[in-house]
Amino acid sequence: MSLNPEYLKEERNQAWRAELRSKTKNKERTQIERVKMPELAPMIRVKYQDREVNMGLELDQALKEATRCMDCVNPTCIEGCPVSINIPKFIKYIEKGDILLAAATLKETNALPAVCGRVCPQEKQCESKCFYVDKLDKPSVAIGHLERFAADYERNSGAANIPEKASPNGIKVAAVGSGPASLAFAGDMVKYGYDVTVFEALHEIGGVLKYGIPEFRLPNSVVDFELENLRKMGVKFETNYIVGRTSSFEDLREEGYQGFFIASGAGLPRFMDIPGENSNGILSSNEYLTRVNLMGAAMDDKDTPVLKGKYVAVIGGGNTAMDSVRTALRLGASRAMIIYRRSEAEMPARIEEVKHAKEEGVEFMTLCNPLEYFADEKGRVSGMRLNRMGLGEPDSSGRRRPMPIEGSEFELDVDLVVVAVGVSPNPLVPSCLPDLKVTKWGTIVVDEDKMQSSISEMFAGGDIVRGGATVILAMGDGRRAAENMHNYLQSKSNN
Amino acid sequence: MNKIIEKTYFSDKVVKLVVENPLIAKSRKPGNFVILRIGEDGERFPLTIAGADPVRGTITLVVQIMGVSSSKLVALEPGDCITDLVGPLGKPTHIGKIGTVLAAGGGVGVAPLLPIVEAFKKAGNRVVTVIAARNKDLIILEDEIRKWSDEVIVMTDDGSNGRQGLVTAGMEEIIQREKIDECIVIGPAIMMKFASMLTKKYNIPTQASLNSIMVDGTGMCGACRVTVGGKTKFTCVDGPEFDAHQVNFDEMLMRLGGYLQEEKRATEIYLQKL
Repeated sequence: MSLNPEYLKEERNQAWRAELRSKTKNKERTQIERVKMPELAPMIRVKYQDREVNMGLELDQALKEATRCMDCVNPTCIEGCPVSINIPKFIKYIEKGDILLAAATLKETNALPAVCGRVCPQEKQCESKCFYVDKLDKPSVAIGHLERFAADYERNSGAANIPEKASPNGIKVAAVGSGPASLAFAGDMVKYGYDVTVFEALHEIGGVLKYGIPEFRLPNSVVDFELENLRKMGVKFETNYIVGRTSSFEDLREEGYQGFFIASGAGLPRFMDIPGENSNGILSSNEYLTRVNLMGAAMDDKDTPVLKGKYVAVIGGGNTAMDSVRTALRLGASRAMIIYRRSEAEMPARIEEVKHAKEEGVEFMTLCNPLEYFADEKGRVSGMRLNRMGLGEPDSSGRRRPMPIEGSEFELDVDLVVVAVGVSPNPLVPSCLPDLKVTKWGTIVVDEDKMQSSISEMFAGGDIVRGGATVILAMGDGRRAAENMHNYLQSKSNN
Repeated sequence: MNKIIEKTYFSDKVVKLVVENPLIAKSRKPGNFVILRIGEDGERFPLTIAGADPVRGTITLVVQIMGVSSSKLVALEPGDCITDLVGPLGKPTHIGKIGTVLAAGGGVGVAPLLPIVEAFKKAGNRVVTVIAARNKDLIILEDEIRKWSDEVIVMTDDGSNGRQGLVTAGMEEIIQREKIDECIVIGPAIMMKFASMLTKKYNIPTQASLNSIMVDGTGMCGACRVTVGGKTKFTCVDGPEFDAHQVNFDEMLMRLGGYLQEEKRATEIYLQKL
């Protein structure tokens, strides 16, 4: 879903942008050093599960960073954005000092800018395509930090702008699941004029933004504010409702729903299927993070318990693994370890999360792979056996294949293990739809451009299609599904 | 939504609740469960549905006071609402006309057994039911079970109702007397383990409905994993009913104790607050 180049050119040619460009020479712009995100000191932040590590830019820092952006003729950064934010436009609004207009620009294409500014892997997306990286071999413009700045500024200003929407068309559509894919879908559909209801199985709206990502990385108050904006735009939310179970799709059709967007997420956590893995004290990252984030298990007044460990091993190298290991530190682990079978270079986690984890004292045991767990007489995990790995030829993922090194086995004392080696699609919703085409892995088959499934009024996106991806890719799916469902429903009603 | 319409004490510790939820009342099938949460500080916990009235739009739950969450649920009175209630979850029981079904329920396990007994009876089977508990006060739903069973044997540990002895004694008597085509057992894990060992000896296909620890109940967390036939399964989405002869009950019993210390502490704090 790329922005029209003519439109981009037209916007760029507006007088205020031309004036900004002439005000500061590019040579001066490129002399400015990339801003450093102010952070809470590691010694302090490891004591709090709910204090955000990144503190956000100050106004002067943001104005200066925005000045680095040269407002390129050909803004390649936008190509790197799954939701096609008009990046130069919002950054130039910051440079001009019109922060609320910058925020409004973000919201033209992104329903959750304060979230994306915090959790997107910008270094792999927009920032990797920045002119500074591409042509100048310098650090990119801090697009992510600026996005967060504009969204936070608007939230704190109390003058949140509600995007314009078309007049209501009276057509009911449903989004199944309330994670980032659904929220992006709902935001766009309500703008097109639809009557949108988001159905969520859990008791809270937000999906992975609430149960998965910890508050030290994404405060719940930030998510709630974005949800409130969607509510103000007219999106309806139903919790404790599993479409296909609580009511059938047929029931909802009878109630007048004409389109469905299925974004029920990658439910089932994967385990490694090695001896001793079902011992107590070995849990999925989904369980660990859900207990702490959604259920507040670390707080005394909450009923949900969480096992605390002194020696905690987290298996995996993705963002979820980093979230888990840093949570374990905050819950009092004296040794918190990442165990990853490849090397740090292959880690899928955001660079910033790895950096933060290291600053906080997480030990990185890379090129190590668990073989077996041991338990005490009560069944609680007490140790594990691992071997060391070397890297062979690249595998199907393009990363070098980890190979066990013979005779390298060793043992480690652990009393809590969090397995974060990925998730499989949740069968709960697809299993209610026998006619829905799914892959052998259980992901929903869709037309990649339209996100339309084998049942024509059903579209799908996010992890139930991708099997495990990022917030922003899910949001991109939601936007594409909205655009195409809109076209589909319009052509249907015109016939 | 989720308003409590009726509350009946079966004993000091076992309570029947009739709860308004028209959607679940309409869509639930025997064997399904719901996840509940009581209050904003509450935890999510599963309860198997003991019955439903789609016309009234209600479901029936039977709960035994065990710890904090069950105490909070039982503390609710008619007119109060359950904060969160979601379902129906889990695969429903496979009901068919198979001949003679032996149903065995222990303690509050009799509650989820009731709709299954009813469904097997309505499907044209001969149904013989054994219900068991420690003593007569803990025997529940005897009349309802009788209504849908061709024969009922009541067993208590102390002989205060029916016969003295364990559930397996009643089951074995039936098995030795007549041909049983399928058996279903619901109750405490230890009871299901021994019931399953018994029917394995006689080669009778047996289903057990497992009561694992759960958080979300929708397949997301994996807290409820259980080994069935050497493979790890999730009770919430793959079950809750499994081929009992394939279930590793020892591992299940161990896993049920995974939060024992935390639960004990939470109960002490809860009781202090009262």
